[in-house]
Order: sequence, then structure tokens, then C-alpha cells
Amino acid sequence: MTEQTEKNTGPETRNGVVLEVDGITVIGRPSDVEIISDVSLTVNRGEILGLVGESGSGKTTLGLSLLAHLKRATEIVRGRVRVGEHDLAALSERQVRRLRGRAVAYIPQSPASALNPALRLGVQLSEALHDASLGRDQVMERVREVLREVALPDDDAFLRRYPHQLSGGQQQRVAIAMAFVGRPDLIVMDEPTTGLDVTTQAHVLETIRSMTRDYGTAGVYISHDMAVVADLADDVAVMYRGELVEHGRTTEVLSDPRHEYTRRLLMAVPLLRTSGHEEPEARTDEPLLRIGDLSAGYGRTRVLEGIDLSVSAGECVALLGESGSGKTTLSRSVAGLHHQFSGEMLFDGSPLATSSYRRTADQRRRIQYVFQNPYEALNPRKRVREQILGPYRHLVGRPDSPDRVVAEALERAALPASYADRFPEQLSGGERQRVCIARAVATRPDLLVCDEITSALDVSVQAEIVKLLRSLQDEGMALLFVTHNIALVSNIADRVAILNKGEIVEYGPVGTVMSSPEHEYTRALIADTPDFELSFPGAPERLGMDAESDEVREV
Amino acid sequence: MTRLIVVRLFFGALTLWAVSLVVFAATQALPGDAAQLILGRDATPERLAALRDQLNLDQPVAVQYLQWLQGILQGDLGTSFSNRLPVAEYLADPIRSSMTLMGLSALVATPIALFVGAFSALRRDRGFDHASSMGTLVVASIPEFVIGILAILLLGPGGLGLFPSVYARDGGPEQWVLPVLTLALAVAPPIVRMMRATMIEVLESEYVQQARLKGMSERTVLWRHAAPNAIGPVAQVVALQLAWLAGGVVAIEFLFNFPGIGKILMDAIENRDVPLIQAVVLLIAGIYILVNLIADVIGLAANPKVRVANR
Repeated sequence: MTEQTEKNTGPETRNGVVLEVDGITVIGRPSDVEIISDVSLTVNRGEILGLVGESGSGKTTLGLSLLAHLKRATEIVRGRVRVGEHDLAALSERQVRRLRGRAVAYIPQSPASALNPALRLGVQLSEALHDASLGRDQVMERVREVLREVALPDDDAFLRRYPHQLSGGQQQRVAIAMAFVGRPDLIVMDEPTTGLDVTTQAHVLETIRSMTRDYGTAGVYISHDMAVVADLADDVAVMYRGELVEHGRTTEVLSDPRHEYTRRLLMAVPLLRTSGHEEPEARTDEPLLRIGDLSAGYGRTRVLEGIDLSVSAGECVALLGESGSGKTTLSRSVAGLHHQFSGEMLFDGSPLATSSYRRTADQRRRIQYVFQNPYEALNPRKRVREQILGPYRHLVGRPDSPDRVVAEALERAALPASYADRFPEQLSGGERQRVCIARAVATRPDLLVCDEITSALDVSVQAEIVKLLRSLQDEGMALLFVTHNIALVSNIADRVAILNKGEIVEYGPVGTVMSSPEHEYTRALIADTPDFELSFPGAPERLGMDAESDEVREV
Repeated sequence: MTRLIVVRLFFGALTLWAVSLVVFAATQALPGDAAQLILGRDATPERLAALRDQLNLDQPVAVQYLQWLQGILQGDLGTSFSNRLPVAEYLADPIRSSMTLMGLSALVATPIALFVGAFSALRRDRGFDHASSMGTLVVASIPEFVIGILAILLLGPGGLGLFPSVYARDGGPEQWVLPVLTLALAVAPPIVRMMRATMIEVLESEYVQQARLKGMSERTVLWRHAAPNAIGPVAQVVALQLAWLAGGVVAIEFLFNFPGIGKILMDAIENRDVPLIQAVVLLIAGIYILVNLIADVIGLAANPKVRVANR
């Protein structure tokens, strides 16, 4: 590990190679389990490597080990991390500290939590430039320069601001500026656009791209989002269970994935479909849910204005919008969880009270809700069986055969009946969300409100959940599918309502909206969504709706 | 922020008023006749009646309360039953002594406790952390007067003989050592534990990780990035502890025969000296509210969102 000289690579072949990782292995203490095993890769000057993998694949651990930073109870046992001329894994804490920010810098996933809330931006930016040879004026001059480069104001008033006074996109620009201020050779980015809406994401990605090119910096972009990586990266490396299973030029990996896992991963990604939709049949019967001129708010703040929407039996209507657009407020109003709304809301011809307390038991039974985060939506102290039977007893009554109710619900959610005795902590994220769905469908509802139910899940799991929803829909259930993911909408919905700042700006059959969007906002959404083509032989129908996606689950 | 402070001040005054009600009701509920107690067993009925009239004991309770409250608002705390001095005058010296004792204890305990807590968090699960965690647990589980007795046994004339165990009017500054030490020990453990817990949480945060990834030294990480974010929650506990001092001082003053409000309160209860009891209890409550108010202000000032939004 202390060996600093390389035998096989002379200086001329190393030209342009900024990062060279050689056989790095990180273990967890005290279990000695390998979190990442024997990973080797290189990145050239001015290029970006996309590091792709699902949660738990070790991609974040690898990213942090590139800065020789280790989370508690982990340890680098083998391997070299060469950045420029230095092997970070072999240096002392103090030597590494001197290189951070100057040789290698980091852009965090969530700038909202990675910027110190108690410190002004000027302090946080200038301290990142810890070069003793620079005077205070030079430091501030450099800080202002890099702020201009990321298209932020560079005046004193801005430098005196605190992080909470910025928008999410501005915070991420500050984080980018903070990484580039020391002109590092390598920048590690850990899903830096996850919390941003697509338009902001597109701007941030453009900034990252131009900055790495202009500075000649090598970039490692960690992400679970294949579409973003395909858009941004020159090279792709795929992580699976702590190992690097595929590494190559992006175009080659996309057109000819070598590893089975890469294939599955690519096939699970929902791709934006702008054509080939079937026209939904014109419906003349009374819709199951009809919302007319609804407005809602919190106290004096208006969140929704003039909403008209209807959902028919067996139909999937998507509610698409960015965070803050009011989509969750609308779905909560439908479920009776949000009371401060006015306007018409008819369910099967009869009006729904604003509060779920004043709705009839049958109305409550027929509208069920699945929440965004399956890690928080299940009571950790109750078995799956109890979670499913609870609402059933409350809304339907004491079942003759509770076992049958549970088994049927689990079966509809594609889970084995043996799961009834498990606790939530014994389930994976995807299985938890299935239990949430089983709990919702146990009472045989007619309308299922799904609030961003796939956003906390990995893409392959997401594909399965979507497939499950399809089958429920085929059984005649209506879905109100709330999401910010336009690619997902283009694959699952019959009709889509696009929500922007509390108003529906476009509403119609998904084929029409995707192929010829009329509103400027819709057009921008479609344009800013990163997308890629799958061209390898046997590339599936998009979203893996075919038989092959069954295999994904075994992965 | 000014508005928030004004609101808090208002609630502080409201609490003080509620306390005055409780104090008055409690002293009314004390058994026995104050006039009888003052004049002793062999008082004549005429003298008793005259005194009751003088003390307004014959008036309805509500009227007595209003008169008392009016007096307090004008700065008149009444006259002590037992020694016929105005309460304010009688309390002036003890208040000064007690305040000094409490101030010294707070001054010793708070910085040390904060430092020990922060250092424990940094050395989490290592020797220092285990030692401080055990130590604070043991000290926190012992009542403060037992700590005082142990301190006397160890360091007082019976033990190493370093410091006097009883306060004397003409004694030197060394007689402050044991009372201050005892109070500081009694006050510190929760502050240490809270500081440790808060710092651990803050040190695990992403902005601290980001500071480390920027190449900041551990010292900068700890004091510039972590500490300011820990102040808010810890200030609340510090305030609670310092406010506790105002009450905890009673037993300690008694133990060391220290001439402060605590000792006065004990004597006053024994003598059924109602105006004195009322004044001292109200004073302690006032200190309690004031210290908490200061903690709230520090907590608000430590939060840039509040600080900036209300500029």
C-alpha cells in the first residue's frame, strides 16, 4: 500500500490520466465484510466517469474512498487511489487533508444538508481555498470568480447570505463553486441533482459539464439514474454488490452491455415515450372521481386553484408536477387527509366530505392511499398480517377468515403468503412498498391514490412496482398516480394532468400530451428530461413490461 | 427577533404572575395563625386582634392578595414578621451573596461541561468518552447535599484539610471553594451529556462531513462547523441547570452555613415569616424565568434563519 512508484505505466502513457484506482478494497468493522472489493478504474483529464449502481452497491463508499474519507467503522485494507501524483490511500491524515479541496474535491448529494446552516456563504467558500500562499484579497477574488462561473451573484451581499436564503438550485451551484474554487484535479459528485426538479437539474448538469471541460478536471459522477449518466458521462462504470461489473465508454456500454446485470439495469430504466401510445377510448359514462373547480391551501396560502380532473374506473390518471406544485395536496384532498379545500368532488356520483372523518365507511374503503416512503409508512412493531388486517377490520368488518384476507391481499401485491408473519425490518424497500399496496388493496378499493410511490426505490424495483400497478389496473382498479417523473408517466398513464404552481396547465390523453405538448411548461419538461436510446440486440420494450423484467427481482 | 423576545418577555411576566398566585395560595394554606406565631403563646386577645388588623389578616383573601401584589409592583415586599425589618432591606445582602455563589458556580461549571461534552463526542467510544460518561452518570445520580458532604469529608478539615467547611463572616476567599465546587458538580452532568449527544449528532451531519472533505482541520471542524449548530439545543439544558441552581442553592447554603437566600428561606419557613417566604420564592421563580428567557434568546440568536428573517 505504501508503494508509490508504478512499474508498468511510464509518464507518457499516464498523460491525461488524473485518477487511477487500483484494486481498492474497503471492509466494514467489526464484521470484516467487504463493502467494495478490488475495484480498479481510471479517469482522464476533462472527462466524466458515471458510477452507476443501486442502493447498497457500494458506490458512495467508493466515491468517498477517492478522497480517502471513510465512514465510521470502515477501513481501506488494500489498493491505491492515485490522484495526480499522490496515492491518497497511503498518505497520513494530515497529508490527505492538505490535498482535499486542492487535488480532489467533493460535491454532495443534498446541498441543503451539506452546507453549514450557521455559516455565511463567504466563509464556507473561502475556507475551501485553504492555500496558505494566498492573501485574503486573492482568496476573495478567486471566490467571486468561481461564483460568476456558476452563474451566481458575486457581490458582498450574496457572500453574507446563509444557505437557507437560497433556492435548491442555487445551493447546489454554491456546492459546485465550493468544489471548483481550489482548481482540483478530480471532483467526486454524489448524486448532486437528486433533489432538484428537471429544469434545475438540466442547468446544474450543464454547469458541471462546462466546468469540468474548462478546468480540465476529471469527474466521477455517482448516480442511480442511468438517463442522467448517459447524458453526461464519457465513461460508465457499473457497481453491483461492491464489485465493478462493467467499465467502458458510455456509448459502448449502452449499445453493447457485457454484463448481465448492466442489461437488467438498463432495461429497468423508464424511458421517455413520446410516440406509439394508444388512444384511450372515449368515455361517456360518469367517471369514478370527478373534481371540479377545486382550490385548496394552507391557512391563507393558496396551493391549488381551479383544478378540474376526472378518473374513470380502470383508468390510470397521472398527476405530474415538480415539488411544490401542489400535487401531494391534491392527492391528500382526494383521500380526505387535507381538509382545507373547496369545490366539487364527486365520487361515484355522490359528494365527498372534505374530512375523511365525515365520509362514510364505504367511501373510505373505496379510496385507498399508498404513501411515498415505505420505510416510514409501516408500523415497525406490527407484523405484515396486522398491518393488512387493521384497515380491513376498521372499514369492512371482522373477516370470517383473516388468513384468507391476508393471503389474497399479499397475492394481489405479488408477495408470498408466508410474508404475513414478518416484521417490516425483515423486508427490502420494494417488499415494504408491496406490503403497503397489499394493505391498500385488501379492502378492495375502486380508486388507489399513489403518491410518488416509486421515488424512494431503485429502478429495477420501481419497474416491478409499476408492473404490479398495471395488473391491478387490469383488474378494474382506477389509479391516481402522483409523480414528478415524466418518463414514468409516459409509460404507465392513460391520461396525464400536468400541474405547475397549483394549476393544471395541460390535461389530456398521455399520447397527445407527450407527442404534441401544447403548454410551454410541458415542452420544457420534456426537453429537460435526460434520455437515451437502447440499441443493443434484444433491448426490451421500454420500462421492462415484458417477461424479462421478472428476472430483475432475482438480482 | 425583537418581536419574538417581546413575546417571550410577555409570557415570562405572565408566568411570574401565575407563580405569585401559587405562592400566595400556598402561604395562605400554611397551618397556624401568623399573629399567634409572632406574638407567642401568652399574647392577649386584644394584641392579637390589633396585629391581625395591622397585617390585614381579617380582610378577604382576594383583597389581601391584591394588596400584596400592589406592594410588589411598587417595590414594597412587605415587612418581615419575625424581625420587623422591611423584606427588601433584609434580603439585600443575602441576595448579593447567593448571586455571587450561583454566578461563580455557573462560571466554573458551564465552560468545563461544554468542553468535556464536546471532547467526549469527538473521542466517541474511546477511553475519555467512557470515563466522562461513567463519571457524569455517577455524579448525576447523587443528591447535591451528598456531594457536598463528600466534598467536606475529602477536602475539608476532616480530610485533606485544604478548605474550610463552614462559612464564616470574616473568612477568606478559600471558604468559597467547597460550596462552588459542590454546586458546579451538581449542575454539570446533564450539560456534559447533552453537549455530547448534540455534538455527536452534529458531527454525523453532512455539513461536517463536507467540511472534512474540504480539508478542514479537526479543530476548525469542531469549533467553526459543529459547535455553532450545537449551541441552540444545549443552551436550553444549560438554562434549566442554571435555573435549578436558584433552588439547589437552598440545601447547599444550609449545609455550608452560607448566609444566602437559601438559608433565609429555611429560617423563614421555620418562623412562619410569610412575607419573607413569599419574597424569596418569587425571587427564585424570577431567576428561573429570566435564565430561561436568556437561553431562548441565545437559541434564537444561534439560528440564522430567525436572526436574518427578523432583522
